[in-house]
Amino acid sequence: MATWLSNNAPGAASHQNGTLLQRGLHIDGVLFTLLLLLAGIGVVVLYSAFGGRIQPIQGHLIRLGIGFVALLIVAQIPPWRLIGFAPWVFGGTVILLGAVLVSGQVGGGAQRWLDFGIIEFQPSELMKLTLPMMVAWLLASATLPTPIGRSFIALILIGLAVGMIAIQPDLGTAVLVGAAGAAVLFLAGLRWRVISLLVGALVAALPILWLFGMQDYQRQRVLTFLDPERDPLGAGYNIIQSQIAIGSGGLFGKGWLNGTQAHLQFIPERHTDFVFAVMAEEFGLLGVLGLIVLYSAIIGRALWIAHEAQDNFSRLLAGGLAITFSVYCFVNIGMVSGLLPVVGLPLPLVSYGGSAMVTLLAGFGILMSIHTHRRMWPA
Amino acid sequence: MKLEQLRDQTGERRVVRRRIIAASVIIGLLFVALIGQLIYLQVGQHEQLSARSQDNRMRIAPLTPTRGIIYDRNGEVLAENRSAFRLSVIPEQVNNMPQLLSALDTLIGISPQERVAFARARTQARHFQQIPLKSQLTEQQVARLAVNRHRFPGVEVQAYLSRYYPYGTAAAHVVGYVGRITRTELRERDQRRYRGTSLIGKTGIEREYENQLRGDMGIEHIETNALGRSIRVLERTPPKPGQDLHLTLDIALQQVAEAALGDHRGAIVAMDPRDGAVLALASQPGFDPNTLARGIDREAFEQLSANPQQPLFNRALRGRYPPGSIVKPFLALAGAASGHLDPNANIYCNGTYRLPDVERVWRDWKPEGHGRIDLIQSVAQSCDIYYYDLAHRMGIDAMHEWMSEMGFGQSTGLDLPGERIGVMPSREWKRDTLGESWFRGETINTGIGQGFTLATPVQLATSTAMLANRGRPVRPHLLANASASALTPTTDRLVLEDEQLWQVAIDSMIEVVHGRQGTAKQIANANYQIAGKTGTAQVIEIGQDEEYDEEALAERFHDHALFTAFAPAETPRIAVAVVVENGGSGSETAAPMAADVIQSWLNQLDRNGDLALQ
Repeated sequence: MATWLSNNAPGAASHQNGTLLQRGLHIDGVLFTLLLLLAGIGVVVLYSAFGGRIQPIQGHLIRLGIGFVALLIVAQIPPWRLIGFAPWVFGGTVILLGAVLVSGQVGGGAQRWLDFGIIEFQPSELMKLTLPMMVAWLLASATLPTPIGRSFIALILIGLAVGMIAIQPDLGTAVLVGAAGAAVLFLAGLRWRVISLLVGALVAALPILWLFGMQDYQRQRVLTFLDPERDPLGAGYNIIQSQIAIGSGGLFGKGWLNGTQAHLQFIPERHTDFVFAVMAEEFGLLGVLGLIVLYSAIIGRALWIAHEAQDNFSRLLAGGLAITFSVYCFVNIGMVSGLLPVVGLPLPLVSYGGSAMVTLLAGFGILMSIHTHRRMWPA
Repeated sequence: MKLEQLRDQTGERRVVRRRIIAASVIIGLLFVALIGQLIYLQVGQHEQLSARSQDNRMRIAPLTPTRGIIYDRNGEVLAENRSAFRLSVIPEQVNNMPQLLSALDTLIGISPQERVAFARARTQARHFQQIPLKSQLTEQQVARLAVNRHRFPGVEVQAYLSRYYPYGTAAAHVVGYVGRITRTELRERDQRRYRGTSLIGKTGIEREYENQLRGDMGIEHIETNALGRSIRVLERTPPKPGQDLHLTLDIALQQVAEAALGDHRGAIVAMDPRDGAVLALASQPGFDPNTLARGIDREAFEQLSANPQQPLFNRALRGRYPPGSIVKPFLALAGAASGHLDPNANIYCNGTYRLPDVERVWRDWKPEGHGRIDLIQSVAQSCDIYYYDLAHRMGIDAMHEWMSEMGFGQSTGLDLPGERIGVMPSREWKRDTLGESWFRGETINTGIGQGFTLATPVQLATSTAMLANRGRPVRPHLLANASASALTPTTDRLVLEDEQLWQVAIDSMIEVVHGRQGTAKQIANANYQIAGKTGTAQVIEIGQDEEYDEEALAERFHDHALFTAFAPAETPRIAVAVVVENGGSGSETAAPMAADVIQSWLNQLDRNGDLALQ
């Protein structure tokens, strides 16, 4: 906490970036605009993916609303409070994950949900925020670059979180959570030598993971990724059909609501994980390049926020969230276009989905909080 | 304490900022990889993937044209299309196929043959294609399936048109039947025209006029979803229905002919001698084309083909029999016209005939002989000696020439597939087929239509019509309003120096029926004159590869009974040829059959006022 002593008094904030958005609502205008734009594009694409049905779009809009409310709420929490919460919320998430493992509902062949009577809730989603918070808290409390001992503790925490999610099993979320923790560790200056050692160990562990750590359907996915035509009407179907959708879109696309692959139900999960294929089919290369530019802008802004952050915890957390978001984008687009195996991740802020979108927007709330609470550290 | 806490903030910030830049670079590279993959797919692979996406959403479904209806000369339907129902399965939509099949079996019964055919069709089917499991569902079966439909995803009851032959076995050899198209048949034809149907005319008119009957396939471009379910029709070219055909056949007369043959193996061909319009073409035993069109299983078909009675064999068109005495009026005419015979002269028949310096003795069918006999009586009493002598005098070359002129050993050109051609032997023929030279004794046998001579019932009827027409040949045909080229006879009009000889030949045949000693006098009728000729042909040998039990063997050595006739003799309206395999004598077995057919036809003409009988 002593680190903050060096910051200016709260009163000094008024003469800096003095917009109402920033001062009153703790909103970063640029990031907020980009997110709104992305969400808008998502609604347009989803409308087509749902075959022009309004009702599911209404549900999506409500969830977006909830997400943005979560963003606003989280943005109000100053980083110096977040850092205090970090160990507690992380511990809480671990307990919830344990509860899921013990008594979780069976959903889609995997135990992920916790039923709180009114809403079903995925604790693994929370981990996307609480693990980077925890790791950032842990590493920021020592001098950077992070000493090897702390790194080791951080690795254990990451392994714990990823492991608990992976046995559910939810490979997509596990990858993201692992990426979030690793990103923080990376930003904290983990030595390249250690990084290459870890990557080498991971590669060496892959065969063991293949043999003992993976469910059969996950192995199928990997095999199918390596050769989709192996089973064109079975496991390879999704990849082939989504590649057909993307490729047939060409430069300019088939036009909004005109994607035959999407409307004739050839694209699997077209409103969730494979929504990118719908967009690529209807809006072509130009459309998806636009989307990628938008994502890059968001990632760039988030990284900028991390860069401009005023303390290590904020830097690490903001950077970790920014990297996690980029991994999110890369893994989804990569799997839909056949560059990566199918791991079951939505396209951030475009895919139809519930808790993932809320946690994602809450993460951006943290970023906004970090950015708008600069120079406002309490004395 | 404070100093300790005042760490090297600038240094720490630098560490994180450096890493942020490194992360930016890595993220940038990953995104470049993504963009590269997208360019690869959307630009590089665009054409190929576009084509696949077209394939995905469009299914081109053939539309089966309705097959033409076949009518007889009076508009009676001989072959039509009836709507029927079949059970089809889309295997991709079935979770547990064995379970489905057994459930369907308890519901409506699925035979082992149907299972086998279904399994075979599955291996050749495209994805999400409906594969027929059971055809010709009864109303009850359709109702049962409808009630239980929810239990069977992927199972559909489809309406389709099935070929139906209302007269069943009647005229089965003429009309023929349709059956599942084979790969060989498909290879020989324009495959694209058979996309919509699995049926093709196998025999008879169904095969002969396949191109007219079939019609032209239509095409439907159907937009489908990934489950193969049709969403809407994008484009539709309607099928062009097949042409209806009207035959010259009279189904009532056909039934009379078949009834006349009864349980005998044999054939009756009846035609209008004026133009060759075939009125009846019976071949017994027959078969029910409906069982074949319905899709008979292989076993049952093989059983039908292997039946020693050969029900599938069209004897009228493909059966080759020694014509026996049937040739006599023709030979008498030929002998007289070629100057080898004085039509007014007599010979003495003592029942035997010898050639100088040949051991062999040829005998008459009547051991004691016919005594003094002229041309008219030689035909009427069917004297063999007269024709041994005539044959000896004419020689095989002249006989071959004249008989060929009258259609023997020639194709008739009837519009049915698979006509076989008889044999009118000659020196060349023997050399070519047997590699042997001609013997004089063989000429003698040829004089009574034995030896190498073979004729089909269709050819005998056609030659009889030519005689009735006094030398004007006709081309037998089944298609009414056939084109001029289809009516052109295969031989030219036979012009004689003395045209009166036609009358002599006809008179001799009238004497067969109406003479006191005529071999077919029992069929004489006071209302009109019939000109006829009996024939009793010896069965010389039985094919060595044919196996019969002893009783059947004995039966198969019986003579073939033949009869040809036309009536009324002066204004011929019907020419008939009857062949009864192992039927015994022509006069006892074959002649009454011909009389039945003639009677029935002339009665019908009389009723319609087309003919004034005395």
